[in-house]
Amino acid sequence: MLGRTASSLFWMSRYVERAENMARLLEVGYRISLMPGAVEGHRDEWRSTLTSAACAESYAAKYDDIHGARVISFLLFDEENPTSVKSCLKAARNNGRAVRTALTRDVWESLNSTWNELAQIDPDTITSDRLPSFLEWVKQKAMAFRGALLGTMLRTDPYYFSQLGNFIERADNTARILDVKYFILLPRATDVGSDVDAQQWAQVLRSVSAHRAYRWFYKDSRYKPWLVSEFLILQEEMPRSLLFAYNWINLALNDLGQLYGQRYDCHALAAQTQARLKGGKMEQIFQDGLHEFLQDFMEANNALSQSISKTYNFP
Amino acid sequence: MQQNGAVGAMAFNEMFLGDGKVRKPYSKVETWLKSLGPSDIERALRECEARFRRQGITFAVYGDNKASERIIPFDIVPRVFAAQEWRRLSSGIEQRVRAMNSFLHDLYHRQEILRAGRIPTDVIIQNEAFVPEMVGVNPTKGIYAHIMGIDIVRVAENDFYVLEDNCRTPSGVSYMLEDREAMMHLFPELFSQHRIAPVENYPSVLHKTLESVAPASSSSEPVIVVLTPGIHNSAFFEHAFLADEMGVELCEGSDLFVSDGWLYMRTTQAPKRVDVVYRRIDDAYLDPLAFRPESNLGVPGIFDVYRAGRVTLVNAPGTGVADDKSIYTYMPEIIEFYTGEKPLLKNVPTWRCSNAADLQYVSEHLAELVVKEVHGSGGYGMLVGPTSTKVQIEEFRAKLLARPSNYIAQPTLALSAVPTFVESGVAPRHVDLRPFVLCGDSIRVTPGGLTRVALQEGSLVVNSSQGGGTKDTWVLED
Repeated sequence: MLGRTASSLFWMSRYVERAENMARLLEVGYRISLMPGAVEGHRDEWRSTLTSAACAESYAAKYDDIHGARVISFLLFDEENPTSVKSCLKAARNNGRAVRTALTRDVWESLNSTWNELAQIDPDTITSDRLPSFLEWVKQKAMAFRGALLGTMLRTDPYYFSQLGNFIERADNTARILDVKYFILLPRATDVGSDVDAQQWAQVLRSVSAHRAYRWFYKDSRYKPWLVSEFLILQEEMPRSLLFAYNWINLALNDLGQLYGQRYDCHALAAQTQARLKGGKMEQIFQDGLHEFLQDFMEANNALSQSISKTYNFP
Repeated sequence: MQQNGAVGAMAFNEMFLGDGKVRKPYSKVETWLKSLGPSDIERALRECEARFRRQGITFAVYGDNKASERIIPFDIVPRVFAAQEWRRLSSGIEQRVRAMNSFLHDLYHRQEILRAGRIPTDVIIQNEAFVPEMVGVNPTKGIYAHIMGIDIVRVAENDFYVLEDNCRTPSGVSYMLEDREAMMHLFPELFSQHRIAPVENYPSVLHKTLESVAPASSSSEPVIVVLTPGIHNSAFFEHAFLADEMGVELCEGSDLFVSDGWLYMRTTQAPKRVDVVYRRIDDAYLDPLAFRPESNLGVPGIFDVYRAGRVTLVNAPGTGVADDKSIYTYMPEIIEFYTGEKPLLKNVPTWRCSNAADLQYVSEHLAELVVKEVHGSGGYGMLVGPTSTKVQIEEFRAKLLARPSNYIAQPTLALSAVPTFVESGVAPRHVDLRPFVLCGDSIRVTPGGLTRVALQEGSLVVNSSQGGGTKDTWVLED
């Protein structure tokens, strides 16, 4: 398989995952903007959405002040913003198009029809009342893509590379959201946070579609900050947790190692991060600093991505 | 517009004879066509459009930002050839292809045709498509043009002309295959009523052809790749399609590299040696070290590997000189010179505007003629006199007089017409035909080819970039 093919598969999946995450972040931002108590904090919420999306700087370079409708259009449709939903879906489709021969028809058609439908949408028609259904559409398209991939691709190298892209992106996204909010997750002297805090925790969970799952898992309807952190970092049952992502990354890398009959640095890096998460304890992480932990993690995750690119001759 | 209507009325209708009788190859198609209700047609057209769009069977129109990916309109009325009609065409095409390969070999070796004075030396030596670096190079089995498309028009029952030869990187074969797929999917009953020569084995014949011209240094299973300029090329869909159908890698220039005199591709594992490159990149961009230095589409050093006989390039560099419009006019001489036979297919009479007398005639008769750029393709930059306004003609005249040698002119042929679905119902529309030819161990002409149809009433321009559509093309078996 060509190195470029591997790279395109990796980025194709990464971009679809990114588009889906962007839709979730916007969903949360939108919810908050509707809440009555949040009026004065409104601007902060959109700022925090931009930070979680890693778009604060690029937004500031283009606009002077933070304004809901502008943030939404920047994150959804702005093609100058390389991580807008539209840019992501375009990049995903272009990557897929370049390696059509490595994709099944179902995977390709899911990417292609998503792009064709999106290209028909006039951004001006997505007014705030239509925003939720549009975001829902983005999520559903991303899930249909993943379904096609899981259901039709042969378990050989094209599949493994696209899985790697998918889960490296997901781990990065979850870690970034936690890091943006880490200060509200730090344990305090009192167990019971204020209403505002509870709302913030719910928001973190929502941004990874985990607020219901949390209640089922902990059999507790009250959000506790350290449990929220634990859920999203260390619980391998939680499909958007860091450990879950690393289990899949290691699976894909091991299969690839077996297929090619050779293991490299990237295998060791991924195993190391997985082991760290598997043996991790929340108390320890808090003690050493949640922010530092997450920063370390994101750096290691990025290093893994680069090591994979280098090892498998991505262009 | 009157002129225009006259062309339409004079044109040979492939389905109906003058007295309204149906021509034999079309008898069952005509019955079927009559049986279709408006809702059947609408359903079929909708399904086709959705099918092509979903699969991404698109082409790009250069200089058009708004809808940069379009689908080519597909017409559901097939174009039909009887077996014996096809045999005649097919042997004419074969003869032409044989002559062209001999011609290319001669041009890059002894140049006997020039010494014999059958073609002026200037026409070759000053031709941009002539690649001096190819002189003395011996391609595997002496074949230069492996993959060709010969554009043919029909003006009467037994009257066919070759309009143009395409032996650089002819495209359209994926549409031929997808059109057939679409028809079989939509109207399976038609296929049980007829015995239609299959075209679906084209990719495997192509694969065999490529294998048969692998260099002697390759193993029994040569490594073949398709080389594309990338996803922004207008024919990218076809590049991906052919690579996929043949089960070979689709490479961009940056995926290939030369090391120690051999060509390799960059894989996720060790580099892999490549034996045959079906390149869909023009000569000039193939190798920045040998040709255009600013090209980043090609592979530095690939031409040296080719000259050393360690890789086969398909088609060979420099084949373009054989399909150049200024050479076209000499094709009858070329065929006679190399095959010793009379040409089976006719050339369209052509005026070379580089010649003063021809220029004068052309300039005086612009309203009747089709004028084309010598090196142009795809229907860009041409004038169709009878369908142009006075202003357009005058504008064109200025361009022509500024650079006469850049143009050739031909009479406006009354291209045959085939019934076609248009907004007002079924009406005859002008068509041409591009049969595809593969040349390796033997010469194989795909039965049928791509029929392009001008969807505008009276229009003679069938190019997809100018709004043309396509039709499934059938060759009936005896």
